[in-house]
Amino acid sequence: MMKLEFIVPITINNTAHPLPDDPRTSLLDFLRRDCGLTGTKKGCDHGQCGACTVIVNGQRINSCLSLAVMHDGDSVTTIEGLGTPDAPSPMQKAFLEHDGFQCGYCTPGQICSATAMLQEIANNMPSDASESLDGPIKPTPEEIRERMSGNLCRCGAYANIIAAISEVAEGDAA
Amino acid sequence: MRPFQYARPDSLDHATQLTAPEDTMAIAGGTNLIDLMKLQVETPQELIDINRLTMGEIADTDDGGLRIGALATNTATAAHDRVRSDYPLLARAILAGATQQLRNKATTGGNLCQRTRCYYFTNIDQPCNKRDPGSGCGAIKGIARLHAILGTSNHCIATYPGDMAVAMAALDAQVLITREGEKERTVPVRDFHRLPGDTPEKDNVLEAGEIITGVTLPAPVEGKQIYRKVRERSSYAFALVSVAAVVAMTDGRISRANLAFGGIAHKPWHDPRLSELLVGETPSAAVFDKAADLLLEDAQGYGENDFKIPLTRRALAATLADATGVEL
Ligand SMILES: Cc1cc2nc3c(=O)[nH]c(=O)nc-3n(C[C@H](O)[C@H](O)[C@H](O)COP(=O)(O)OP(=O)(O)OC[C@H]3O[C@@H](n4cnc5c(N)ncnc54)[C@H](O)[C@@H]3O)c2cc1C
Ligand code: SF4
Ligand code: FES
Ligand code: FES
Repeated sequence: MMKLEFIVPITINNTAHPLPDDPRTSLLDFLRRDCGLTGTKKGCDHGQCGACTVIVNGQRINSCLSLAVMHDGDSVTTIEGLGTPDAPSPMQKAFLEHDGFQCGYCTPGQICSATAMLQEIANNMPSDASESLDGPIKPTPEEIRERMSGNLCRCGAYANIIAAISEVAEGDAA
Repeated sequence: MRPFQYARPDSLDHATQLTAPEDTMAIAGGTNLIDLMKLQVETPQELIDINRLTMGEIADTDDGGLRIGALATNTATAAHDRVRSDYPLLARAILAGATQQLRNKATTGGNLCQRTRCYYFTNIDQPCNKRDPGSGCGAIKGIARLHAILGTSNHCIATYPGDMAVAMAALDAQVLITREGEKERTVPVRDFHRLPGDTPEKDNVLEAGEIITGVTLPAPVEGKQIYRKVRERSSYAFALVSVAAVVAMTDGRISRANLAFGGIAHKPWHDPRLSELLVGETPSAAVFDKAADLLLEDAQGYGENDFKIPLTRRALAATLADATGVEL
């Protein structure tokens, strides 16, 4: 049996971290427990809620359904890496301005997801809500709803979440 | 999650060697396997991470078709220029499934091999012949809303839950499979998944040590391509019933009708008799009804899923109406 030596670390918010010894560790548990990055939340632990969404090499994924050991060499961005209370990212700022949350539990996942989502639209990637597969794709409320359907909000702050994302999307387009 | 050894082969040959023992499993995106390992439905002793093998390419084939690598993500496939222009049915089916977060990890091979969403299968405290052969089937006479109406057995009535493979069945794609020391074999997507019979533990024709390397789509054919998915909510839900269709018309008559159905059987359901019946006909509600009669001639409900029989009939009619321009 080949023994794996993880010489290449995982990079989280621009800081290198050694990988865990137990291959069972999900990327989510690794972030929260081993790296102390508790901004990323565990809702369902089964890919159903999106609270654990982080951005890996530019793409949003559910960190609960990925093993940390599979990510050597990868670059992960969590909510802590997007901005800070003093220097929030445009999406973080918009969620504050539009009250895009109530309890806030789903919010880190929503913001990571929305940040990557606008990039997907900019790259002209179609969604189930896109009328044509040929683009160009506009960030309409219908598109945003469909593309954000992997992030559930138990408090039902959806209207304000869409308002926040729309504002950033319009800023991007301008 | 049960403890397991983790290994990462450096070649396809090595991967087929490592996955040959009974208790080992390949892991690709992990979105289905890790979920089931947490539930202890899957308990591999060894996990073989195939992600660093070069099987992610999407490339033209010599005969004008397209080869989609086993590790191509669902996102990459749905966004691929030729998939969008020549096989929009496939792009639509993928985009109608799961969420962007999941599709970013989900792969061609993993999506084909994803397991049923039967609630008894995913709960280890319940009887289930698929998970624990001989323990009985909880769903027959139980909660069977998601379950099959065609091709069931008295051992299992589960459905194959995916969308991508339903489109691939309508497009008549081929699965490429390799094992140690043997040359690649090719299995039509239509024959890749099995019916449950008395061995429901086997979802598909893959043997231990076999790895899917990709799927090939034949050169595109003329016709309108439609994926119609009926589900409990308008996004992020598995299909109750889905219809994948490639339908062409010539001089007011149907000249091609390649159809496959999701959510109603243990496999993407393809009935070659439908194309025979429909081709040459002038499309009308009566003709669509005749096609549904044929498709559903042996359909059987299990109480909670009885609704799927009329739902399939209507989904088929709506798809054919859309494809042929008939007003229902
Ligand atoms: C909340 C949720 C909602 C979902 N909704 C939908 C939906 O609406 N429609 C839909 O179609 N799907 C849906 N899915 C399922 C999703 O599409 C699958 O989980 C995904 O496609 C599996 O791909 P993967 O690469 O992550 O597979 P993995 O989890 O890595 O593997 C799955 C299985 O495939 C085997 N395998 C993987 N690659 C190979 C290979 N190359 N050769 C041989 N065996 C291989 C593995 O051994 C394992 O048994 C949903 C999933 C979740 C969690
Ligand atoms: S339908 Fe199949 S998967 Fe579901 S409980 Fe019965 S045997 Fe198990
Ligand atoms: S915690 Fe990962 S999707 Fe819910
Ligand atoms: S703000 Fe409470 S779950 Fe979304």
